[in-house]
Amino acid sequence: MSTSTNSPGVSPVRQSKLTRGQRPKWLIPVIGVAAVVAGAAIASLIGFSIALWALFAAVIFLVVGPLAVTAVEGGRAGADSLMTFLVYTAFILAVIPLVSVIWTVLVNGVPGLTADLLTTSMNGVTGFQDNKAGAPGEVVGGAYHAIVGTVSITFWATLMSVPVGLLTAVYLVEYSRGGWLGRAITFFVDVMTGIPSIVAGLFAAALFGMVFGPSTRTGFVAAVALTVLMIPTVVKNTEEMLRIVPNELREASYALGVRKWRTILKVVIPTAISGIASGVTLAIARVIGETAPLLVTAGFATAINWNSFSGWMTTLPTFIYYQIMNPTSPTNPDPSLQRAWAAALILIVIVMLLNLVARLIARAFAPKTAGR
Amino acid sequence: MSTTVSTEKPGTSSSAAGRAGDSVFSGLSLAAGILILVVLAAVAMFLFLQAVPTFTAAPGDVTGGKGFFAYIWPLVVGTLIAALIALLIATPVGILVALYISHYAPARVAKPVGYVIDLLAAIPSVIYGAWGATVLAPALVPLYTWLTGYLGFIPFFGGPASQTGKTMLTAGVVLAIMILPIITSMSREIFTQTPKLHEEAALALGATRWEMIRMSVLPFARPGIISSIMLALGRALGETMAVALVLSTGPLIPSLIKSGNQTIAAEIALNFPEAYGLRMSELIAAGLVLFLITLVVNMIARAIIARYKEFSGAN
Repeated sequence: MSTSTNSPGVSPVRQSKLTRGQRPKWLIPVIGVAAVVAGAAIASLIGFSIALWALFAAVIFLVVGPLAVTAVEGGRAGADSLMTFLVYTAFILAVIPLVSVIWTVLVNGVPGLTADLLTTSMNGVTGFQDNKAGAPGEVVGGAYHAIVGTVSITFWATLMSVPVGLLTAVYLVEYSRGGWLGRAITFFVDVMTGIPSIVAGLFAAALFGMVFGPSTRTGFVAAVALTVLMIPTVVKNTEEMLRIVPNELREASYALGVRKWRTILKVVIPTAISGIASGVTLAIARVIGETAPLLVTAGFATAINWNSFSGWMTTLPTFIYYQIMNPTSPTNPDPSLQRAWAAALILIVIVMLLNLVARLIARAFAPKTAGR
Repeated sequence: MSTTVSTEKPGTSSSAAGRAGDSVFSGLSLAAGILILVVLAAVAMFLFLQAVPTFTAAPGDVTGGKGFFAYIWPLVVGTLIAALIALLIATPVGILVALYISHYAPARVAKPVGYVIDLLAAIPSVIYGAWGATVLAPALVPLYTWLTGYLGFIPFFGGPASQTGKTMLTAGVVLAIMILPIITSMSREIFTQTPKLHEEAALALGATRWEMIRMSVLPFARPGIISSIMLALGRALGETMAVALVLSTGPLIPSLIKSGNQTIAAEIALNFPEAYGLRMSELIAAGLVLFLITLVVNMIARAIIARYKEFSGAN
């Protein structure tokens, strides 16, 4: 009723102290449009480019927007709007590289995706062929040997790290019960997560170098290096999954007289299997893209080699690396770059598929918490 | 009747097998746990054993001719510079993106955005390296020319600027993109754990959203933010491919926009495939140094997390 005592002829905006001085809805969009226009104007004065335009528009908006809000609503609201704009700017900044990377790989990789790439190796491909190749379709040689290497090295790494990681997680959750050894293992697994991948590669190289003579380089040495990188991921994931298995299930099993190891094998692990499987898949996705440890352990091959225990091997990441750094034909690197980008596309697709599969596994076989 | 008979027989025989099974299984899992400790010790030991020849070699025989310390020092400084640039860029952006996901974005958007940031982490490092060398480096050349033109008096921007863009600053930017997901995902997790009552109390007292975040979310999350930065630092120190592909290497120089500088990890990756004898031992010694640096950084991060867990457990 107090509002009615105000003189009705005065503008109705100043009705209440709480709603006074709110910025009109059009303020921010108008400043945004103005910033874009002014940014374009300044950018074209210096030498127009989209990056400059975006930069100037963003700076103008980030300065003028909060100032306008401050003028209307006061300093606190101004600071609030500044942080809001900064948060949104940061988000856009973070997405730009992702979009750019995926766009680059698609644009450069798709022309190189030929049947040759998937079915032939680089055996016998020299600078001579590359110099002759003109159109993208004429490029010979491919990444088949690298795919073979990736599959076999990842297979051995998975075979070694999954049992060790799984059993360690079982020890941590089911047996150690907060003992000093359990705490030490947890701590060092965390530390292991931070080992630089190149150091893991050097370790495998040093180990095999001492046992089998220096410069021992095979797929298996690389698999050992990847195992060092993979074990902590598997342990952490599995441990997390085992910990969320309800204790009632274990107790029900013990109450029926089932022994501990059978309880773990038949009750605890089956309950958590979806999480464990998706964790293992994510760990594979992580090591499959590793490059640095393979450079120092697996050597460099141009021919197909299925045997991880003798001879050098190439994987997709090292294939990409060498095709870029040492093109097959130094005078005409385009065919090599084309192969590298196509291999990068294959690698990204593999990694994304593994991530997708991990999510699907986690969702499809989610732990049966209630009901049945 | 028949069921009781059939279950009784395996029941008695399996109790003996079961007892053995129990000890075998617990022994196996204990062995796996100990194996991990052994592997970590072996990493340190084999690196050290293979590095010994470098420490005992005559200073003149080591690359550079002035002993191992003179060889490794510029590499350590280069590694720290690259990691520092990456942290300076990634920390503010990463924390703001985490805030976006936890407190700004509508719930419908927040989850997909979280996936997108995880995708950033899933892309293999070699692809970032290739992208940095072919797309980012040329794109940054005009910026470097501008920097050296107007800010050339600062040693960091001393000219003439590289015309390929393959410089320390580019490598740092690529590293920043690679460590951004670490900072974002860890900070986001802690931001969402902020007690709802603290946030609502702040809002009820009339705080704006930013004041609420500054007064309730950030103080609660500070240890988590610090440890996420330390973990990201550990990753940036050891990252190889981004630097090996992006940086055109050279001796240690203050300018970040000229060719030059080198990091330990990239030095190893670029030279190890052709190395033999003392050179190999040198590179392994460099790896040992890198291992020790990252070990210290990671242990500090873990110690902060552990303290923080105790602290929050009391709440």
